[in-house]
Amino acid sequence: MDKQVSEAMNARNRTNIKVPIYLDYQATTPMDQRVLDRMLPYFIEKFGNPHSRSHAYGWEAEEAVETARAEVAAIIGADPREVIFTSGATESNNLAIKGVAHFFKDRKNHVVTVSTEHKCVLDSCRHLEQEGFAVTYLPVGTNGLIDLDVLKAAITDQTSIVSVMAVNNEIGVIQPIAEIGAICRERGVFFHTDAAQAVGKIPLDVEAMKIDLMSISGHKIYGPKGVGALFVRRRKPRVRLEALFNGGGQERGMRSGTLPTPLCVGIGAACAIAKAEMPTEAERIRRLGDRLLTGIRAELPEVFLNGDVERRIPGNLNLSFAYVEGESLLMGIKDIAVSSGSACTSASLEPSYVLRAIGVGEELAHTSIRFGIGRFTTESEIDFAVKTIREHVARLRSMSPLWEMAQEGIDIKSIKWNEH
Amino acid sequence: MAYSGKVVDHYENPRNVGALDKGDDNVGTGLVGAPACGDVMKLQIKVGVDGLIEDAKFKTFGCGSAIASSSLVTEWIKGKTLDEAAAIKNTQIAEELALPPVKIHCSVLAEDAIKAAIADYKKKNNA
Repeated sequence: MDKQVSEAMNARNRTNIKVPIYLDYQATTPMDQRVLDRMLPYFIEKFGNPHSRSHAYGWEAEEAVETARAEVAAIIGADPREVIFTSGATESNNLAIKGVAHFFKDRKNHVVTVSTEHKCVLDSCRHLEQEGFAVTYLPVGTNGLIDLDVLKAAITDQTSIVSVMAVNNEIGVIQPIAEIGAICRERGVFFHTDAAQAVGKIPLDVEAMKIDLMSISGHKIYGPKGVGALFVRRRKPRVRLEALFNGGGQERGMRSGTLPTPLCVGIGAACAIAKAEMPTEAERIRRLGDRLLTGIRAELPEVFLNGDVERRIPGNLNLSFAYVEGESLLMGIKDIAVSSGSACTSASLEPSYVLRAIGVGEELAHTSIRFGIGRFTTESEIDFAVKTIREHVARLRSMSPLWEMAQEGIDIKSIKWNEH
Repeated sequence: MAYSGKVVDHYENPRNVGALDKGDDNVGTGLVGAPACGDVMKLQIKVGVDGLIEDAKFKTFGCGSAIASSSLVTEWIKGKTLDEAAAIKNTQIAEELALPPVKIHCSVLAEDAIKAAIADYKKKNNA
């Protein structure tokens, strides 16, 4: 492993562009230097406990945390008092879903979510099922979006909360959040959205979209890892939830524990930058995404875009390269850092549950790569990626028996495969 | 995931990629695996008049370990009798390529591919 790392570092030094090129912005993002600059004073110089009320160390830390809280609130149209800091979107999702379900458990025992949610939402829901709650997992269409009529039919008198992610982490599709919010408000059900992949990418407004709870992640928006936020509506309607753990009752009693001042400052700074730069950044990323897709398709037939073509964020392209297995492609394009939809990279042999849910056949799901474009992606990096992908897909197809059959006109579905 | 040097070598410089004439009676073709599982191997052998495998070709849809397993066995079976080739065990392949446990099925598939190619040859020649 050390040898592979040192080889990669050498390769960085040899070429003009740094390789591997980072195209995995849905996994995480580098911090923006401007974010780090704002955080640094709060590690050593202004180290106070923001909950200390009796001296200036505490006051200056508290002021920094409250500024950050306002910055997080501003990007989603919330009141600062409605934002609580957490350790990340996973905690926010756990707190929102389990917290509301537990608080209302004497009156309501039903939760609605979607089959393509992030693992932490699905796992929280499974945990609730083990506790005796009923959970409805809404299906999605081949475009990755839910059917609003199916949602309406799923909500019952027993439903306490509906949780639907704003933007999917694997395929980048945008769910109809405002429409879902309207349905939930009308039915008197709380609406939570996991917006980890949406904040800073698309405009969000908790009032206009009638959102009651929203999860936010720091490290997906060029902020630090280890910090997130949860929007919890205070009025019309006021959201009540049960805390995940006990302690000093910080964050309106919903999230005990001393706030990590530098991390809070970081997520606030990241939100402020994202809010200011979103329109220009989205346009620039859209151009880069178009360049990537057009460039790949110019020379390679049978490349499929997974998820809705229109209702998507521009920085996510999940592509299936028919007749090429994803992990072998990743091995070939090692100068590009991307994720595979093929689960061969993990211990299980099942392809991505998100791709399965949108009806991508198993054989195509095994051929999927997620390209994530972000703030620091350049045109020359995209051109390098296009060239690398073209070469390796062509090479792997030349050695693929499935590609050979397709060229001979044999329908691979007509063959009786011996599934192992 | 870190691959062994031998897997990387076979992936980057696969031996004996290609196809032999399926219609030739001296050629046996084995097609194993399934697209839905993410692995398909096609292995072909050409048997000479002396009963030895004189040529072997493969094409594989699968991960690097699957490509390496099939590439490796084409090297191993050349010059062998059918019985010798059929005796190759997946454990030998896995050991040679230092496959991790999660990739053992790739070596199993390569062993199956040899056996399938031999069976096809024997069927054609009523042997």
